[in-house]
Amino acid sequence: MGMGRAWVFGDRVDTDVLAPGALMKLPPDALARQCLKALRPDFADAVRPGDFVVAGESFGVGSSREQAVQSLKLLGVAAVIAVSFARIFHRNAFNLALPALICADARAIGDGDRLDLDLAAGRVRNTATGREHRFAPVPAHLMSIVAAGGLMAHLKAQRAGGEGAVS
Amino acid sequence: MLGYPATLPSARPAPPERPAMAPGLTLAEKLIARAAGREAVAPGEIVTCAVDLAFAHDSSGPRRWKPMLEALGVGLWDPAKVVLVTDHYTPAVDAESAAILKLTRTFARDYGVERFFDMEGIAHTLLPQYGLLAPGMFVAGGDSHSCHAGAFACYAAGYGATDMAAIAATGQTWITVPESDRVRWDGALAEGVTAKDVMLFLCRELGMDNGFRALEFAGEAVDAMTMDERMTLSNMSAELGYDAGLIAPDGVTLAHIRAHGGTPDAAAALRWRSDPEARFARDVRFDAQSLEPQIAAPHSPANAAPVAAHAGVRIDQAYIGACVGAKLDDLRMAARVLKGERVAKGVRLLVAPASSRITEQAAREGVLETLLSAGAVLLASGCGACAGMGAGLLGAGEVCLSTTNRNFKGRMGHSEAAVYLGSPYSVAAAAIAGAIVDPRPYLTGLREAA
Repeated sequence: MGMGRAWVFGDRVDTDVLAPGALMKLPPDALARQCLKALRPDFADAVRPGDFVVAGESFGVGSSREQAVQSLKLLGVAAVIAVSFARIFHRNAFNLALPALICADARAIGDGDRLDLDLAAGRVRNTATGREHRFAPVPAHLMSIVAAGGLMAHLKAQRAGGEGAVS
Repeated sequence: MLGYPATLPSARPAPPERPAMAPGLTLAEKLIARAAGREAVAPGEIVTCAVDLAFAHDSSGPRRWKPMLEALGVGLWDPAKVVLVTDHYTPAVDAESAAILKLTRTFARDYGVERFFDMEGIAHTLLPQYGLLAPGMFVAGGDSHSCHAGAFACYAAGYGATDMAAIAATGQTWITVPESDRVRWDGALAEGVTAKDVMLFLCRELGMDNGFRALEFAGEAVDAMTMDERMTLSNMSAELGYDAGLIAPDGVTLAHIRAHGGTPDAAAALRWRSDPEARFARDVRFDAQSLEPQIAAPHSPANAAPVAAHAGVRIDQAYIGACVGAKLDDLRMAARVLKGERVAKGVRLLVAPASSRITEQAAREGVLETLLSAGAVLLASGCGACAGMGAGLLGAGEVCLSTTNRNFKGRMGHSEAAVYLGSPYSVAAAAIAGAIVDPRPYLTGLREAA
């Protein structure tokens, strides 16, 4: 799926550092510039399309605000790889076609490591260490949502195809 | 299928029927099984559930739904099952928030949402206030504290805007059946110790990494709680990371629903409980009597400790607000402490009741007069400073003790502000003392002169 740099964060990266509540009236692009600033002031400027956010437990804990995902998406983050996710963030991520991958040994990935993700195969290769990390298989319906470009695109395609909807 | 024609808005939703079910299920599994049209479900299964009630507010709702529904070319699957509320950007403080509110009002009108509550208070508070919850329902809310409704034995969970737009269009959503955990509180809570203290303690004890699991509260201390206190348990299940925080219904539940205009079928409602042989992945018990008032330090509810650990921390602001911390019982608790007292010089006490009906009732009871006489500033009902959007935000270096549910970095304004969390007793006592103190002496008249 692609190569990118790992940006490593700790446990419980919350939705207020991903998309601060006080700034939620900003247009999406401007809000994205504030993403993770409280933890890492240079993140929005330095992250490149195709990079990965790597973290510990309960990534995305807190609010249901989808701007937390949207900001990462607008910055070009290709996937979030974490030991675990908050449930709403996990759903939001797939709904906006951002894979949120549950990887038990995500902590073994170092900041700045180059990662090579193979979503379909369920693995990510760390070209810095040569190690291969497996992540929990993504359920088929979430894979199809990502493939469609998100839940709305998926529903639209279903509607056009006349299939029953599974939202 | 998408785009069901709108059905006529009915009166309040009828209590769901409970089908014949296989034995050995937890309450969460029973609720999901009913919504999925199944006799049983097992943890890990992915099932599609029919939604009985979908709700959203001005931040997560219409302004996000509208473009998505338009792109799909559909309306709401059933406007009678949709509740919309303005609570995040109320009252408008600038042109942007005014535009968001205007869009919300226009959407409610154009999409035929009769249950639109404009500037009446916080969504989680208004659902039970209007008798819209009944045991057995599957409730989807566009807010992370939607688990609040679990106090009424609804399977209630929060969803992001795209999920909610899909639910608004189809009336369905998928769910991975969670493992169930249970927390039992034996005995009685001591005087001055509240449901809020229970939840802060649990944030430390169980941690916040309990995603993809459902929690059930039980035990004598829970049975003894009012619905306002039970809602605190369910509400802050979100801080524990749980998908849902459920409490089996009893006479207290049914009396509350009836008092708020609902018409539950008692026999049917009371069947919504875990089977005796149900399997809980984690089943823990605590002694209620030994729990002390808890304070959570910045920047996580899991940084909770007995109040003594933080006693003496000076505060600039005492905040009583939010769905979890400004219910009528919360205001009553604050008034008990503040009766005849004055807020310390240099401290501001802000009170944002969770709904305008609560403000009215607090006025009738004299609670409001007590708070205002003590020097409290009354703010509009809504999410306010808790969501980082309304009045009462903090500057860099300021310290606040708050009845709200989260103290993440930057949540209530500046990222260099320090937010502590505590019960309404603790917040009111700190407002008088000018610093975090044990609230219990303030309830007995035994405290020493400050």
